[in-house]
Amino acid sequence: MGTEFMTVYWRDMLRFFRFRALLFSSLVQPALWLALYGAAMSSNFARFTSIVPVPVGEVSVSYLTFLGAGVIALSTLFTSLFGGVSLLFDKNWGLMREVFASPMPRSHIIIGIGLSGVTKSILQVLVLMGFGLLIGVKFFQNYSMLHTAFAVFGILAFVGVFSLGFLFFSSAVSMRMETPESLQAVITLLSLPLFFASNALYPVDAFPGVIRTLSMLNPLTYMITGIRYFAIGGDFYAQGIHYVYTPGQIISAFLVLVAFAMLMFLVAWRVFRRAVVT
Amino acid sequence: MVENIIEVKNLKHSYGDFLAVDDVCFSVKEGEIFAFLGPNGAGKSTVINILITLLPMQKGTVRIAGYDLATQQEKIRGSIGIVFQDETLDRDLTVWETLEFHGRLYSLPRSMRRQRIDEMIHLVELDDKRNVRTRHLSGGMKRRLEIARGLMTQPKVLFLDEPTLSLDTQTRMRLWDYIKKVNEAGTTIFLTTHYMDEADLVSDWINIIDHGKIIASGTSLELKNALGRDMIYLETSDDEAALRLLRTMEMVKEVNRSTRGLAVTITTDGAHCLPIIIARLRDEGIGVISVNLKKPTLDDVFVHYTGRELRSAGAERMTSRMLVKGGR
Repeated sequence: MGTEFMTVYWRDMLRFFRFRALLFSSLVQPALWLALYGAAMSSNFARFTSIVPVPVGEVSVSYLTFLGAGVIALSTLFTSLFGGVSLLFDKNWGLMREVFASPMPRSHIIIGIGLSGVTKSILQVLVLMGFGLLIGVKFFQNYSMLHTAFAVFGILAFVGVFSLGFLFFSSAVSMRMETPESLQAVITLLSLPLFFASNALYPVDAFPGVIRTLSMLNPLTYMITGIRYFAIGGDFYAQGIHYVYTPGQIISAFLVLVAFAMLMFLVAWRVFRRAVVT
Repeated sequence: MVENIIEVKNLKHSYGDFLAVDDVCFSVKEGEIFAFLGPNGAGKSTVINILITLLPMQKGTVRIAGYDLATQQEKIRGSIGIVFQDETLDRDLTVWETLEFHGRLYSLPRSMRRQRIDEMIHLVELDDKRNVRTRHLSGGMKRRLEIARGLMTQPKVLFLDEPTLSLDTQTRMRLWDYIKKVNEAGTTIFLTTHYMDEADLVSDWINIIDHGKIIASGTSLELKNALGRDMIYLETSDDEAALRLLRTMEMVKEVNRSTRGLAVTITTDGAHCLPIIIARLRDEGIGVISVNLKKPTLDDVFVHYTGRELRSAGAERMTSRMLVKGGR
């Protein structure tokens, strides 16, 4: 396989860094979310959860720390869902014709856009984690340097694979859609249920049955599980609920995300192979 | 012997029930400027989109640069350059970046790519715009950049789909100079246009297409001469006598009275007949007050074959206009 996808990647990154306003907002917006929503909810939750006793010697994490993983997931989800939108613009502005008429295989467009989207997500997550640590998110407590590095790597692996899945999905939808408005409609329709039927903001254990089932089908849940495992640990209390993750669970969560990404790649590939752009 | 660089046989394409291209056959010789002429919606763009591999071929056989379109699409993509209808530039990339992106798409090795970029920027005289984003270029500059991009990979054929659409006359003329220069350097040019005058001016060979069918093809001169309809408008001192005399002449097909004087239809080349006619009239003592020779334009050719005007047809063009003072 050639490396022509790097061409697509190069152009997309060039544009990303060229639009400073977009770059800035994509980094600042989730940070604001964490700061405002996190701080407000944290003090509220602190009132409820103080009545639930945590066994002596166990790790109890604040809501802000619990939410930290959720906000990382939220920003990754939104960035990735919109990651394919540049394809829609390329298509509508006629730029896609140049690429489609070139000898570059079409799968490289999907891969290139996927990789640039992952790069953006990773940058965002790194900034967000740094900011979170500053405002009191207690990630990587009592970790050694090596352990922290490993944990960050683990988080980025989860973020990367999750992000790829939704970027491929977004690319497929963008290719099928005619206007940015219809893409926006699809994304809005999807993003809220994805977000709320997950363990991003609150524990799923208290959900009604149907929503809990939904949340178990939701890739977001698997990513957040992974992030919490690496950032907080495999055994902790949050909002009065005892979380225990075994390495086996984490590996299978990761595999679910890999499967999701592969499935979405196939969907996107099918859409791209059939696409006619004139 | 000159090879056919494009060979199209029995090409058919329909959108649902609408037959856009109906059994089209043609070939393009290596090194020529080949024009596809026709009104909007005639099927030009469909044909060109099939040839440049953007539209899947439904029926027919196409060979470009020796490759079969049905089985060797990728080879064809590597051997052609394209200037698309409408603008296809990323407005946020600079001139240099636009070409760099294109070179990378076509997997040109780095050193060769950089060298070609410099050559191309120089060719289309955008040297001082190298690091300017394309959104700040004028319409003509954008087109030149697109031509540079199309030529960067040293294609065997350069496809130009309505290259001068929405450009002003001066820019159009300059653009044709570039295109001719490129052609003289050995690149075959395949262009579509609905401007009669442009096809007339630059093409070695013209195909006229309407309703998905090729209705006429030939050189510009051949197409016009095939009409055999050169017209001479005469004003004489004695139209009645002139009318009788002209009707006896072999080269004259038809003489009619027009608002002022006579309208004479000639069977052969009007430019050669005109001096003979004037001499004969003088010999008979008929004074010629004014003469007007009108060659058929491609518009006339189009009207002749389709029975209707080309929507964007230009004004009548007089290829020769002279005034001869007559007198005894």
